[in-house]
Amino acid sequence: MAKVLMKGNEALAEAAIRAGCRAFYGYPITPQNEVPSYMAQNLPERGGVYLQAESEVSAINMVYGAAGCGVRVMTSSSSPGLSLKMEGISYIAAAELPCVIVNVMRCGPGLGGIHPGQGDYFQAVKGGGHGDYRLIVLAPASVQEMADLTFEAFDLADKWRNPVMILADGLLGQMMEPVKFSQKEPLAVEKPWATTGARGRRPNTVNTLDIVPESLERRNYALADKYSRIAQSETRWQEYKTEDADLLLAAYGTSARVARSAVDMARAEGLKVGLIRPISLWPFPSEPFERHHGKEFLVVEMSMGQLVEDVRLAVNGQGTVHFHNRLGGMVPTPREVLVKIKDILLGGEGQ
Amino acid sequence: MKQVFQRPESLTDVQMHYCPGCTHGIIHRLVAEAIDDLGVRESAIGVASVGCSVFAYDYFNCDMQQAAHGRAPAVATGIKRVLPDRIVFTYQGDGDLASIGMAEIVHAAARGENITVVFINNAIYGMTSGQMAPTTLLGQKTTTTPQGRSIEANGYPIRVSELLATLDGAAYIERVSTHDPKHVRQAGRAIKKAFQTQLEGRGFALVEVLSTCSVNWGMTPQEALDWMRDNMVPYYPLGVYKDSARKEEAAHD
Repeated sequence: MAKVLMKGNEALAEAAIRAGCRAFYGYPITPQNEVPSYMAQNLPERGGVYLQAESEVSAINMVYGAAGCGVRVMTSSSSPGLSLKMEGISYIAAAELPCVIVNVMRCGPGLGGIHPGQGDYFQAVKGGGHGDYRLIVLAPASVQEMADLTFEAFDLADKWRNPVMILADGLLGQMMEPVKFSQKEPLAVEKPWATTGARGRRPNTVNTLDIVPESLERRNYALADKYSRIAQSETRWQEYKTEDADLLLAAYGTSARVARSAVDMARAEGLKVGLIRPISLWPFPSEPFERHHGKEFLVVEMSMGQLVEDVRLAVNGQGTVHFHNRLGGMVPTPREVLVKIKDILLGGEGQ
Repeated sequence: MKQVFQRPESLTDVQMHYCPGCTHGIIHRLVAEAIDDLGVRESAIGVASVGCSVFAYDYFNCDMQQAAHGRAPAVATGIKRVLPDRIVFTYQGDGDLASIGMAEIVHAAARGENITVVFINNAIYGMTSGQMAPTTLLGQKTTTTPQGRSIEANGYPIRVSELLATLDGAAYIERVSTHDPKHVRQAGRAIKKAFQTQLEGRGFALVEVLSTCSVNWGMTPQEALDWMRDNMVPYYPLGVYKDSARKEEAAHD
């Protein structure tokens, strides 16, 4: 199949339909509006259900209902909307329901602005809703990855019976790039636990309540065990010119594209600089950071400093971790990152 | 020997946790009888809510989902839209449906969502030990209205059936009571009709069932039934508020 020029949000929606997504429940919010529009135009004629919910709260609970029936289902929103979904996400994680949740991040806090941001990293990878749970969080950095990682997200959700989040941002959602859709078949997973009507079998229950501490503890240990198995097998990252690097940049999503350009500019000036780009934000790829212990690190992100905390944990004191950020919908430029790189490598402490 | 009474197939034999004098058990039975009578147990998917009936998934012998507080109509919508030939119902109390879940129930009704809602109105939060509900009567004492509910501080109780009946998507709305056997039988007929409405694809159906909470009302079971008849029924008049299959809407007592 030839490449087509598409917006990131549309490529994500098309990939979801190709992955077998058969229900979409959402609510309007910028900058993700192309996702529900694409679904409304295309999903019904391709055998699925599109419904605009009365709120983000309702949308995520509709996802709970459909996921509980074993159907591949997705919802999409942007930062303030994700805050409203957090209650439902906690329930979905607790009930171990597979589904895909998209956050096309804008800048906050509060209503903030509609320009790109990365301030929802903590919310996505550390919980966000109440209680202990983990989402698999995938961070695309191109329109092609908006499609590829969304397709993969549905397979991962079914494989692990766990919600998967696509953590994109407004720039990735709005920009157009050529994209080629995978021809592969979605993973087929049996769902004997689904509530589809108890015909010829014992009733199934989708539930998160367990008021007996001994029993709930067993259930939570089982969840924790699942999370460690996910961490062992689903960690994803990309390295760029890291082998001989003295300074390792770390960035995801839009920031990673900027960082990669800065790496090329620095290399052109003879500076040994590379980039570690986490693709799975949870589970976090600590391995490449551990391999480069003893070197300098520079985290570039569009938040007050969230990814940088996970990088510090992975570096674990075995190297200096520097930080460069922009806020409020401002995107860092490669040139300003280059200035920071030179400051670190040529100008002393640099922090 | 002829068997004249037995547990409906749609109820499990799990012992219910409800307090003495509570009418949840009776209403569970009415729901189960309706499902049995219509022969839809194997295609039924119920949604339990948060409140005293949170364990309903243990009592109904059909597929069940347990929803977050107030969200049962959204969960039911998510289910019904992907499995339109299944029979989907929610079982919700007044705090769940008329307070925290008001948006979900109004929009499910407005969409004409083809689901059945059993709405239990006992004028109080039972599970959390007796706080004011949106349906608590004026003057009624609760742990959070120790002097009695006042208009100045708390405003007015919400009449859910009347409210939802104004929506075009609502196909069938009836309020019933459980204060004596005659009214329990009428409640059973209404609940069955609410499932029948869904089977016929006519849209949103809700039965509001007036119910007791003798423990949190501070009454004996009999006093609670009498109090419900004398205080709740006058404020929450019984009858059919909407029936799209019938041109004229008749009230009953």
